[in-house]
Amino acid sequence: MKTSTLIILAVVCIILFVAPLIMFSGHGEDDGYFGGADDAAGEAIEKTGFEPWFSSIWEPPSGEIESLLFALQAAIGAIIIGYFFGYWRGQGKEE
Amino acid sequence: MHIMEGYLPLTWCIIWFVISLAVVAFGIYQIKKIVDETPESKALLAVSGAFMFILSSLKLPSVTGSCSHPCGNGLGAALFGPAVTAVLATIVLLFQALLLAHGGLTTLGANIFSMGIVGPVVAWLVYKGLTKANISSTIAIFFAAFLGDLLTYVATSFQLAFAFPAPTFAGALTNFLTIFAVTQIPLAIGEGILTVIIWDRLKAYKPKLLDKLGALAPNEA
Repeated sequence: MKTSTLIILAVVCIILFVAPLIMFSGHGEDDGYFGGADDAAGEAIEKTGFEPWFSSIWEPPSGEIESLLFALQAAIGAIIIGYFFGYWRGQGKEE
Repeated sequence: MHIMEGYLPLTWCIIWFVISLAVVAFGIYQIKKIVDETPESKALLAVSGAFMFILSSLKLPSVTGSCSHPCGNGLGAALFGPAVTAVLATIVLLFQALLLAHGGLTTLGANIFSMGIVGPVVAWLVYKGLTKANISSTIAIFFAAFLGDLLTYVATSFQLAFAFPAPTFAGALTNFLTIFAVTQIPLAIGEGILTVIIWDRLKAYKPKLLDKLGALAPNEA
């Protein structure tokens, strides 16, 4: 694909993920926006009267630590992809 | 799409574990075979896993006003098939269950089933179907990633509706589909686009390897 096509695709992608933030601008977790779908499902299950019977053996002690670990997860992935793509690009096109 | 720790009755935990373990075991066997036959695909395997690592760590806002994350399981499925992708998904899910308290060990089998098996199987079928029909692999990978992601969440909704059919199975299913699948539609489109970008670069850098893995449309080989 042409570089311009790739850039257009990337822009579409960004618009897709920024649009909700503009649509619900001013709303936050307190009015029930931008919570996780996983938690919403958990609440729906509890409404049926089911009690979770096992809890996580370890939980991140705070939201800060949780974002640290999420960032770490993304970084591990990004390093691997960046390393190989850089290597392949350097190798040049295969004959 | 994580079913949270402890939120699934024991019987269902066991059922999903048994199914998932069988597929993961087959996936490990397949990985061994692939690495023996084409050692140069090791890096591609790592990239597929890394792609899932990144995508499942991004919690993105959706037009429904809630947040969820893409899965990244379409890429691995198109390259290596669903069983291998199940192994990669297991690694991601274990990381999240142990370090982030997202998903859980009791629900691991169920989560592997949705993200590592249903999604990849759908993606793989879509990808193979479209490329066999001589549609460009770049377009095929978009639909594979889009549907693989979406169906992962549909699968989770079904799993929860099976376990909690209250008041009725259909009612519960609608409820869970609203929570998971509707939120996921824009994210799945985004995942499709991201997968296309990665795919385009892979095609530019490693055309021979993709061909060797049988991952290109016949007219591209």
